[in-house]
Amino acid sequence: MTTRSPAAEQAAMVRAGEWSAVDVLEQHLAAIEAGDEAIHAFNLVTADEARAQARAVDRKVADGGDPGLLAGVPVALKDNLCTRGVPTTCSSRILEGWKPPYDATVVTRLAEAGALLVGKTNMDEFAMGSSTETSAFGPTRNPHDTGRVPGGSSGGSAAAVAAGFAPLALGSDTGGSIRQPAALCGVVGMKPTYGTVSRYGLVAFASSLDQIGPFATSVADAALLFDVIGGHDPLDSTSLNRPTPRVLSVIDDGVDGLTVGVLTEFLDGAAPDVADRVHQAAEALAAAGARVEEVSVPEVTLGLSAYYLIAPGEASSNLARYDGVRYGLRVDAEDTVAMNTATRSAGFGDEVKRRIMLGTYVLSAGYVDAYYNQALRVRTKIIDGFAAAYRHCDVLLGPTAPTTAFALGAKTGDPLTMYLSDVCTIPSNLAGHPAISIPFGAGDDGLPVGVQLLGPALSEGTVLKVAAALEAAAPLLAPPAPAPGPAEGVAT
Amino acid sequence: MTEPGRLTRDDVAHVASLARLHLSDEELDLFTGQLAEVLDHASDVASLDLAGVAPTAHAMAVVNVLRPDEVRPGMDREEVLAQAPSVEDHRFRVPRILGEAP
Repeated sequence: MTTRSPAAEQAAMVRAGEWSAVDVLEQHLAAIEAGDEAIHAFNLVTADEARAQARAVDRKVADGGDPGLLAGVPVALKDNLCTRGVPTTCSSRILEGWKPPYDATVVTRLAEAGALLVGKTNMDEFAMGSSTETSAFGPTRNPHDTGRVPGGSSGGSAAAVAAGFAPLALGSDTGGSIRQPAALCGVVGMKPTYGTVSRYGLVAFASSLDQIGPFATSVADAALLFDVIGGHDPLDSTSLNRPTPRVLSVIDDGVDGLTVGVLTEFLDGAAPDVADRVHQAAEALAAAGARVEEVSVPEVTLGLSAYYLIAPGEASSNLARYDGVRYGLRVDAEDTVAMNTATRSAGFGDEVKRRIMLGTYVLSAGYVDAYYNQALRVRTKIIDGFAAAYRHCDVLLGPTAPTTAFALGAKTGDPLTMYLSDVCTIPSNLAGHPAISIPFGAGDDGLPVGVQLLGPALSEGTVLKVAAALEAAAPLLAPPAPAPGPAEGVAT
Repeated sequence: MTEPGRLTRDDVAHVASLARLHLSDEELDLFTGQLAEVLDHASDVASLDLAGVAPTAHAMAVVNVLRPDEVRPGMDREEVLAQAPSVEDHRFRVPRILGEAP
């Protein structure tokens, strides 16, 4: 099997002096210039900063130095990753214009690896959403059909990679926010094991669930990016202090002898065309040498309810810091409590307010046992359910999202319906496990379908190995048009 | 485990004030319905008998994370203060915090 690795090939050419980082960058900046008005993948394009990084890479190559694993590779950053001196908004009015006084650890590691940081991508406000429509700065559009959502919350990063604006991007995944947009945009997206990638400098949403991970156009590139950003970081006290799996070297090992469980609960709620693709993926893995069987983990059906008690609970606490005192928006008022209230009421959008109120409610006296603590017990049940399945399966297979990309505006009036988009992705966050979405053909509407592989904690190597086998067998998907025209109908 | 009653408009007004959010009457009506729907969906969790199941707050919990007690540079004070809405004498400035005039 030969794996496609466009970013790795680009870096190799730059390192060999066959292609200058400056040229690579200018090509991508031109693509952004031509195409992003229609897509709105980026909140901010940092062309000048990226040009300086590209010149530094080219100088290093000329001087015979090691420019790093991602030398000259453009990478887009979700706008909840702190970049020193460069605005970081979380697509929220409350942080508009804020320039962090420090870099996230993943940003530092990318810079050290020679990556070119081309900009900050649009997202659902504070990563709360499944369509990138809760952004205060207008929605991102799906490059495959600009009348559809890209998924969310990392919709800008997924769209940027799908549209060819950058071969790699980073997102964050609290309940599916990397995998679901990857599926809807037809790219690879992985949520690694909790604690394998430092969260230092990731603006917190739900701290026990948040995890940074890669977007790429191939499994090998996702593995490469994970290898660059992963590993222990003393600045994140939840970072796992043990060797991070180095995964790029194992992904071509094949699936002989591995057992893949097709997760029946995930198929139950999936649209027929999506379910068909999952069955087809299972057949492809069997043909590649894996043992494939059906598996039931009934506990995962409780995941959605548990998540929408736990994540808002954590969010209501994390978002208490936006008080108009130290950074971001302030709306003046006669005393500090009135100022706090005026600032938060003006600075947060409706979805963020809903989650803060839901979280405040489920943590409040009289309800904390019935809701929040009960959800934490369900979390234990889900972890136990997965453990039982992993006693005889190496990985589990299912859909990433129940449907292909839906129309802009289709679910914005009904939060619960929007939340149901995350039903297949949430259980891995609750369990802290790795999971990846791989493009696997199209649905009846011609839009990308993503299939999801799940594994136990720290099984990234196995998950990516199976993903590479699936990628090799995936039906071809038409790439999005290179520079789509302006979309009609929906105002930005 | 007894299930709590359905979320009311007064509950939402109360948690909004706890969360330092001001809601208009229309917002109160809208959010009460939407949040009640989410909590209704969560009744599958709230109604389970899970006595004896230990809660999991963190799936990959690590404990006693220590680092060497060494002096290291912190963030640049001017860079941090430059992001504040209001500053006086190298401090964050806020409106009065007590109920009386200063």
